[in-house]
Amino acid sequence: MTELTLGKALGAGLRRALRDDDKVVLLGEDIGRLGGVFRITDGLLDEFGPTRVIDTPLAESGIVGTAVGLAFRGYRPGVEIQFDGFVYPAFDQIVSQVAKLHYRTQGRVKMPITIRIPWAGGIGAAEHHSESPEAYFVHTAGLRVIAVSSPEDAYRSLRQAIACDDPVIFFEPKRLYHHKGEVDLGAPLADAPPMGLARVVREGSDATVLTYGAMVTTALQAAEAAEDEDISLEVIDLRSLSPVDYGTVAASVRKTGRVVVAHEASREAGVAAEVIASVTELCFEYLESAPVRVTGHDVPYPPAKLEKYHLPDLDRILDAVDRVLDRPHSVSGADA
Amino acid sequence: MSPQITPIADTAQDLELSERILAPDGTRLSNPRLDGYVADVDASVLRSLLRDMVILRRIDAEGVALQRQGQLGLWAPCQGQEATQIGTARALAPQDYIFPSYRETGVIYARGAQPADYVRMWRGEEGAAYDPAALRVAPLQIIIGAQTLHAVGYAIGIKHDGADEVAVTYFGDGATSQGDVNEAMIFASSYQAPVVFVCQNNHWAISEPVAVQSQFPIAGRAPGFGIPSLRVDGNDVLACMAAMRWALEHARAGRGPAYIEAVTYRMGPHTTADDPTRYRTEAELEAWRSRDPIARLEAHLRAAGELTDEQAAEHRQAADALAAQMRAACLGMVTRPPLAVFDGVYAEPHTGLQRQRDEYAAYLATFEGEA
Repeated sequence: MTELTLGKALGAGLRRALRDDDKVVLLGEDIGRLGGVFRITDGLLDEFGPTRVIDTPLAESGIVGTAVGLAFRGYRPGVEIQFDGFVYPAFDQIVSQVAKLHYRTQGRVKMPITIRIPWAGGIGAAEHHSESPEAYFVHTAGLRVIAVSSPEDAYRSLRQAIACDDPVIFFEPKRLYHHKGEVDLGAPLADAPPMGLARVVREGSDATVLTYGAMVTTALQAAEAAEDEDISLEVIDLRSLSPVDYGTVAASVRKTGRVVVAHEASREAGVAAEVIASVTELCFEYLESAPVRVTGHDVPYPPAKLEKYHLPDLDRILDAVDRVLDRPHSVSGADA
Repeated sequence: MSPQITPIADTAQDLELSERILAPDGTRLSNPRLDGYVADVDASVLRSLLRDMVILRRIDAEGVALQRQGQLGLWAPCQGQEATQIGTARALAPQDYIFPSYRETGVIYARGAQPADYVRMWRGEEGAAYDPAALRVAPLQIIIGAQTLHAVGYAIGIKHDGADEVAVTYFGDGATSQGDVNEAMIFASSYQAPVVFVCQNNHWAISEPVAVQSQFPIAGRAPGFGIPSLRVDGNDVLACMAAMRWALEHARAGRGPAYIEAVTYRMGPHTTADDPTRYRTEAELEAWRSRDPIARLEAHLRAAGELTDEQAAEHRQAADALAAQMRAACLGMVTRPPLAVFDGVYAEPHTGLQRQRDEYAAYLATFEGEA
């Protein structure tokens, strides 16, 4: 085991993928000599050269569109979008081309493209640098959507995404790039849990908190705090947003009977809405109370000085826990 | 080799500024720039080009007829563009790979499409019309200009592989306004990718005339990206073939991308859902009828005594035969069963979609045994 930051683990995952399969190529702005604005691709140009690690013009649709052509040619492109808010110029190529070509051709054309997106807020960034666009991609058939939350998961899931014959939108929480954890760099991919599986991060019995990305850390903090009040929270990192692992989710909900879903993305038609709808369909008779969402507000991502009022924190999660447990509380709920 | 770059506004002047080998009346002109690329083209090759164009026009007419009879949901006619499509596509090597738009019926014909391939997508049976690997042609692309980037990415792959291949992409004049086409030219130029851009300037992007897209010859843009270009008379099959041979030779020699603007005219509607009488005049159509690519080549061959009535009749018979096969293939198509709607979304199992599929299968099963 090696202790690595999440960012370094991602770099190690890319290096391993490049070594394992010479059809893997990386494309993106600044990924070469600079090593990416977050240095995730640091050193890869030197090791693999400019035909494997391709610095591109500053054109997101161009990056994804040429990746489509490379996939036609049998390559497995790994694309880096510089920031979440910059993926929109590539949106057409992702949803109209990357997502649909396998279906349109009855499986004759594969699109094994991994699109890495440094993602979400909490780092005091400038406008367009802190967004959570995952619902757009979850809503698009043909894509898989992954959000990682730990160095080990980042290393393993990224390799799985690149090895996957389907296109994968791969969200990397910027807020956690410097978080450290143990990574088993030698572990065979075949032994790892599949990319689509959720992970029970903390076991508990009173309520289930479903979340992903950087919010996993916040949810764990909330669970620590709740323990002081003898509330036992089960925290599940969904890891995969398409597909969601409802086997793991439903097993937990059947145990606890109470559900909180937390994410940074805004609420309307978001991932939490979908997860709660599915949980309700799958285990309605086990629910002791109405599930509660804790999300970003339905506002454009606010300026950095205001983002703390937008992002769910442990107090908002605990408030939601109070509501699903029908406990008296100070902020919102039954008496509101 | 770079184009003349005189600003344009009207179609007549527009055409006079393009390279040509055959005059509209079929007269063979001297063209020092292009002649060398078609020096080997003898009468038998010219006849085969004519035959291809006659067959293509018949396929196109059959597509329109099938749509009018309710057999196809839509058809995108290419009448008037036969010389551009046949002339350029016939110049390709078998290993070259094409990324077309939806109007490239002649291009897939030249690549060996089967009768059903012309109609499968327009009938709504499958998302793509044919097997891309069999024709070495990507699925027909409806999003305007998106395929140009795919061609460039493919060409980057060719270069990395060190392969003796060229990627080719076809698009219309309207597509040149799209960001993707401009990004494709930037990427192609930056990586010196072996890709050929073929812009079929057919003068109309649905109802928008080319003057709305461009106040400057479209071929004039390419040199600004560092890509040499050629502007040819798109109704002159020899000029189109010569231009394509020039472009392919350039790309194949490792000198990077090349660009062709074929100045032609879409004689029919944009699609069968369009009514061009609302936005263009009969006089304009008449002017272009006199430049008909098929009549032009036929006149050339007749004047040279290289086309007999029997040969012309054989072309028409071959065209009718293919049209009949196309119609039979269309009418004989069997729509896939309901659960096929789920097929091929993902290459690997996706539990969310599997759940929906199972739910729908269970729902369908409730109808079993009903009349």
